[in-house]
Order: sequence, then structure tokens, then C-alpha cells
Amino acid sequence: MSDLRDLYQQVILDHNRKPRNFRVLEGANRTAEGYNPLCGDKIRLYLSVEDGVIKDAAFQGKGCAISKASASMMTASVIGKPLDEAEALFHRIHAMLTGEATSTIDAAGDGLGKLAVFAGVREFPSRIKCATLAWHTLRSALSGAAEPVSTE
Amino acid sequence: MSATTRVFRAPTANPTGWEVERIRKDFPALHQEVHGKPLVYLDNAATSQKPQAVIDALTAYYARDNANVHRGVHLLSERATDAYESARDRIQRHLNAASRREIVFVRQATEAINLVMASFGRTVVGAGDEVVISAIEHHANIVPWQMLCEEKGATLRVVPVDDRGDLIMDEYARLLGPRTRLVAITQVSNALGTVTPIKEIIRVAHRQNVPVLVDGAQAVPHQAVDVQDLDCDFFVFSGHKAYGPTGIGVLYGKEAWLERMPPYQGGGDMIKMVTFEKTIYNDLPYKFEAGTPHIAGAIGLATALDYLDGLGLDAIGAWEHELLVYGTELLQAVPGVRLIGTARRKAAVLSFVLDGVHAHDLGTILDHQGVAVRAGHHCAMPVMDRFGVPATVRASLGLYNTRGELETLASAVRTAREIFG
Repeated sequence: MSDLRDLYQQVILDHNRKPRNFRVLEGANRTAEGYNPLCGDKIRLYLSVEDGVIKDAAFQGKGCAISKASASMMTASVIGKPLDEAEALFHRIHAMLTGEATSTIDAAGDGLGKLAVFAGVREFPSRIKCATLAWHTLRSALSGAAEPVSTE
Repeated sequence: MSATTRVFRAPTANPTGWEVERIRKDFPALHQEVHGKPLVYLDNAATSQKPQAVIDALTAYYARDNANVHRGVHLLSERATDAYESARDRIQRHLNAASRREIVFVRQATEAINLVMASFGRTVVGAGDEVVISAIEHHANIVPWQMLCEEKGATLRVVPVDDRGDLIMDEYARLLGPRTRLVAITQVSNALGTVTPIKEIIRVAHRQNVPVLVDGAQAVPHQAVDVQDLDCDFFVFSGHKAYGPTGIGVLYGKEAWLERMPPYQGGGDMIKMVTFEKTIYNDLPYKFEAGTPHIAGAIGLATALDYLDGLGLDAIGAWEHELLVYGTELLQAVPGVRLIGTARRKAAVLSFVLDGVHAHDLGTILDHQGVAVRAGHHCAMPVMDRFGVPATVRASLGLYNTRGELETLASAVRTAREIFG
């Protein structure tokens, strides 16, 4: 049970119950869809990027607690960040989740603030993709340069 | 030993007289711990565990008789051929097929359906024709027909289900038309456990001379099947869901159809004579068995069927039904649990969702209490759409499951509720 609590920490359960930025973002100029065919987790991410800075971020979709909390916390953490910092954050999170961290600091998620709660997911190999989905979607939205907003 | 004599052995604790603890000893994989808890294996619709007899049959074959079949003049090849062909006879008896020529070994139900699609389907289905399936099919009995329809400009028609997961038979009758070339329907739904009125489905189709393929992958482990009594034109199943090895499955086809069908794959064993100008194909069933087959798999499957018959499929069905009833009661008593699939006739499948807890989270939490279930769409995404859920948790039961294991399942679901508050 204790290791289950490592996965389902209060902060994750809280974001699952009350996801932040869970809405369609009017006026978004970057958007991407993420889909995990294995589990059926699905998100659509909306970003409003101005002058190289993520002014606002929001998402819609459905999925498990891990994927929903990850999307919720991802949006909260990238709002206000320059694009290169968001990209760097993607790499740090990815390294932490997949165990490909180059330093022990990143493996423990130190310096990642609340996002460090996802370090526990690494012990659940079948669930890692649930946590990385939102971050891959972020990357896809960032690389899909200024595509028109989809209203779907 | 008959079921009636068993009743007197343990009349109160176990009304069907099923000696489950003794039977469990036959399955080595059941006796292990996962995450520090005793394994509760409830993922039998995905694949079943194997009795020692099947494991021994595979080992004995490779240790003693291993050789290629239908070729060698040497003793080992004769022994291997004998064992492989005896396995075919065993399967013919199990399905009560009219002839051994009607039993084709394939990799699994999926390949059997693809064989019928490629060989029979491409021959009889043309532009404007129709293929009828149902709303509760496994992807294996949807996608090949979609591919065929796309290729030929034909239309896929889908028999709808009601809210319990039963096929709406009036709609089925209406869907059958002058352009219907084939009906392909499951005998037991893997996602919901629905037992379809397959005999009636076949009878109605035959009234209009439409042949029927039955997906029996979820039926064979749980009930006796008689293809002559069903009068189905094709019947497919996988060995690994019926306590046999992976990589071996069976296509039964009426000889009259198989004779008329072109080969599925070309290669060795499926020929009588080859020149660069012309090849004469082999007789049934070898025409459909190109290349070296899964010899050990066929032998292992025959052993699994021996094992099932030794216990008695009626007795297996009775025990699993008792488990189904008990499991249904236990889960329905957990607040927030909703069963998906409550058909009038059900196999031992408990597909459910828990309010406020996604199926994947529930699956992880159950796993950590030793309970192995499937969480997801069960290769039946249209079923999930029909019931408006992204995924379910599915506990699918087998002959070795116990009432105690169902209690563990229910208590693990309660734990998930506590974690999610």
C-alpha cells in the first residue's frame, strides 16, 4: 500500500479531482492532440504564445488520474515560461519519468517543485506513458509552429 | 465422476462439488506472489494459465519426438507426424466436426478469421455486397471485414446491442438482405461476457442461404461446442485461451466451403506438385497449412482439451457460473461500482467501472494487491463507445478461480475507493 501512495500522492489525487486549466482556451495559437492508444488517454492542449513566451495554457480530454494530473500540473508550470525553458522542462521531466536522468538530482526530481511527485511513477512501468503524454503533447504543440487554432 | 456424486462430498461449502483446491495444484503459475501478495489471476479472457499436463506435453515433444512433419522417412519424423495428426483428430472430436479434413491449424482465432476473409471473403464478396457483424465483436472480428469491404467496395453492417449487452435480434433479421454474403459473429463476447443466441443467428442466416462464421475464442474454454449441431459454416478459436499454448489456433470450415476456397498462403506442405509452370495444391486440410506448422502447439492444445474433458465442460460451466453469480453480488455491493454487460446469458466475465476512478488507476491498484485483471478497451473499442465508457476493468474467470479470490477482488476495489477518497 505504501508504494501505491507513492504513485497516488495527495497532490496527484487533488489535480485529478480538480484539474487546473481544464477548459478550451479561446484565442490559442498553438494546439496539439495527444493520444495514448494503449490506455485510451486523450488530451487536447491549447497554448497562447506571444513574443516567445507561453502566456496561457489549457487542456481538455479524458484519461486516468496520472494523465489528468500530469496535464493539469504541466499547464500550470509552463504558463509564463519562455519557449526554451518549457522545452528544457520537458527534457528534465522526461528524464525523471523514464529513468534516463543524467544526474541523480534529476532522477529524484529535485528542483522541479511539485512536479517531483511524478518521480514515483517510474516504479510503475505500465503507467509511465500516462505521465509523459501531456509533456509529449506540449512538445508537439511547441514544434507545430503557429498552426491555426482548431475549434474541434 | 458425475456431478451428482460430487454434490455429496461437500454439499454446503461448495454446491457444485468442484474440487477447486485440488485442480489449482495442476497449474504451477497460480502459486506465486506478485507485489508480495498471492497471485489472484482474473485475466483468463486474455489468456489462461496452463496445466502441468500441457507444459509436460510440450517438453516431451521437444525432448523426444522433435522433427518436421509430413516429410521424413525417419522415425522421429513419423512420431512427430503421428502426434501432430492425432492432435487434429482430437480437435475434430472436441468440436464434433464431420471430418478431420475440416480442421485447419492456424496461429490463433485472429489468423483463422483472416484466412476466411482472404480466401472465402475475396472470392464471394464483391462491390455492393454486405458483411454482417455485431456491435460486441473483438477487433479481430471487425478489422479483417473492414479491410475486405474497403477493398471490394462492400458494406459492413453491424447488429446493435441493447443496454444489457444482448444482441437485438429483430434488427439482426432486418440487416440480412439479398446482398449479405457472410455473417461473422461471436459466440461469447470477450468484453462483456454476453453469450449470443448463436444457433438462432445461424438458423436465421441459413434461411437466406447466408453462411456464418462463429468466433468461438471465448466459448471453447467454458462450454462444449458441437459444430454440426450449430451448423455453422466456419468456427474459429485460439488454443491459449483454452488452457493450451500460445501460437496455435483452429479454423473449422465445412468441407464443401474449404474445397472451393483458394489457398491462403503458398509454400511447402500445401502443395502436391510444383513446377515453374504450375502448382497442384494439396488436399484438405493441408491446402491451408503452408510451411512447418506449430507442431508442439497442436500437441499441447490436444492435451489441454483432454484436460478440459477430464474435468467435464458441463462441470466447468457450472462452477464458473457459480463464481459469476457470487462475483456479481460482491461487486454490486461495493458503492460506486457499475457493471458493464448484464446480458441474460453471460459467461464468467465481470466488466465494470468504479465512479471517480479510471479503469487504469483501478487496474494498477488491484495489481498491487495481487489481483491480475485487464484494464482497458479489451480490443473492443466500439463496445466501450456503445456503453459510453473509455475503458473498463475486466475480471474474467477460469475453472481454477475461487470464491475467496472474488472476495479479494471486491476488497481490492474497496481499497481503490479509499485511496481516491
